[in-house]
Amino acid sequence: MAAPAERGRVSRLTRLLESENLLAATLLTPGVVILVLFIAYPFVMALWFSLTSIRVGDPGEFVGLANFTKAWNDTIFQTAFKNTVFYTFWATIFKLALGMWLALLLNRSFRFKRIIRASMLLPFIIPTVLSAFAWRWMFDPTFSVMNWVLFHSGLITDRLPFLSDGDWAMWCAVLVNTWRGMPFFAITLLAGLQTISPDLHEAAALDGANAWHRFWHVTWPLLIPVTLVVVVFSVIQTFSDFQLIYVLTGGGPANSTHLIATYAYQIGVASGLLGEGAALSLFMFPVLFAVVWVQLRFMKRMEGA
Amino acid sequence: MLIERKWKKWIFFYLPMAAFIVFTLFPFYWMAVTAMRPDEELYRTWRQASATPFWTLAPTLEHFRNLLQTTAFPHWLWNTMLIALVSTAISLVCGMFAGYALARLKFRGSEFLGTAIFVTYLVPQTLLFIPLADIIRDMHLGNTPWALMLTYPTFLIPFCTWLLMGYFKTIPKELEECARIDGATRFGAMIRIIFPVAIPGILSAGIFAFTLSWNEFIYALIFMSSAELKTVPVGVVSELIRGDIFFWGQLMAGALLGSIPVAIVYSFFVEYYVTGLTGSVKG
Repeated sequence: MAAPAERGRVSRLTRLLESENLLAATLLTPGVVILVLFIAYPFVMALWFSLTSIRVGDPGEFVGLANFTKAWNDTIFQTAFKNTVFYTFWATIFKLALGMWLALLLNRSFRFKRIIRASMLLPFIIPTVLSAFAWRWMFDPTFSVMNWVLFHSGLITDRLPFLSDGDWAMWCAVLVNTWRGMPFFAITLLAGLQTISPDLHEAAALDGANAWHRFWHVTWPLLIPVTLVVVVFSVIQTFSDFQLIYVLTGGGPANSTHLIATYAYQIGVASGLLGEGAALSLFMFPVLFAVVWVQLRFMKRMEGA
Repeated sequence: MLIERKWKKWIFFYLPMAAFIVFTLFPFYWMAVTAMRPDEELYRTWRQASATPFWTLAPTLEHFRNLLQTTAFPHWLWNTMLIALVSTAISLVCGMFAGYALARLKFRGSEFLGTAIFVTYLVPQTLLFIPLADIIRDMHLGNTPWALMLTYPTFLIPFCTWLLMGYFKTIPKELEECARIDGATRFGAMIRIIFPVAIPGILSAGIFAFTLSWNEFIYALIFMSSAELKTVPVGVVSELIRGDIFFWGQLMAGALLGSIPVAIVYSFFVEYYVTGLTGSVKG
């Protein structure tokens, strides 16, 4: 008796799923629910938090833009903002330049190419906090291997203050970020390079173009689209970075190396001032929004072309 | 002519390549050497002469033994593995479904949803961690693995959807149409025809998602408070440093052991990983 009813239900369900609208809705629901619950909803909450004086255990009250003006006049935040821009700008430049160079090298044929290419990606695979610890150990004030090498090769007579001086520490962070992100640039650009027909290079070489001209007038223009996308991703990641500074310096010495994200963590989580912390995080938003907007415009244009 | 070319190859290829290799791999080498160095050799200041600065004559496994026996490191490894596997599985299922719908089905708002999912892909974790910690607490998920298993998909689903959507679009429509003529439902054709053909793409997305979850730091740092529930990156950072004292041998042993599982997964699937990586930005 149950069988026909069962079959009836199944066929009704399958008939319903034949409708493209309903099937699409069913398939999209699980992912959309997670994204709404843990991205859209927290984003709205962040906006609300930033306008209140909420702290851990105290819902606080509406304070308007007070958190934002407070941050704007806070010298530590000003330093953090400058650091974030500095860090993003230089790290992206280095990652792009070195990544491009590495991609061009890897695009040639040589022995052990596969294993070398695979090992070049390791900094990107290994958890960043763990490799950042290795760097912190190499920058250690007393036991630094780099000071050892420089001292014993006679290049320095006193140790370099890698992480104990704010300016030095920011450059060290740029170095480590470059080390970590360069493989991503190199491998993605390499994939772009491999789509360029060798005929183009041969034709240019026959016309008398040297290696630099061939790169600048043939390779580079064809790589611009993929470069733009990689730079967008990297800018977003670098601008919102947290872990590298958290491990290398923790924002110190004397709050001179904070990024926006590490300072927001210090205020919002370590000190429990949720409202102020949320406002600090939101200072990243205009920059990220602009970058994403450029990216979407670019994608539209590529589709149109 | 020939001699000049050889000289050129050294300057423009071998030397820079060697420099890149040293720069890329030295930190890992240093991690390994430090992890195997006895303490009395480790804490020797930079001015002191050392006979063997770059290797050790008395390698020891003491740091590893301490790490595995006196700390919760084995728990952290297990937690990280479990959380990475579950969040990858959730994201793959959601990504396969959503990617198929966006690639193959015609419905109102498909373009808007595609763009919206892409935009969430670009939202960094550090923008939302403060309210998210509150939400996790309200849902009573704080300090449970589910806090991470449900939030990691927020940065994995957009990526998986995007990558798989691209992959599904490359599969000829005729394949599905044949199955439909033979009486398969849309849903059945998706499960039995499209997904099996898409296995390389699914594997790429899965490997990449797994490495991303293994790497995640800030959510794990904020949502998990009990020592034995932490993941490897957070456990190493917060539990192996006592007060201000860094036990570098143990720290580097932890960094090494915490990196090995993900490095092994990577080494088995390099090509898939690279496809995932390059696909992740192609759009």
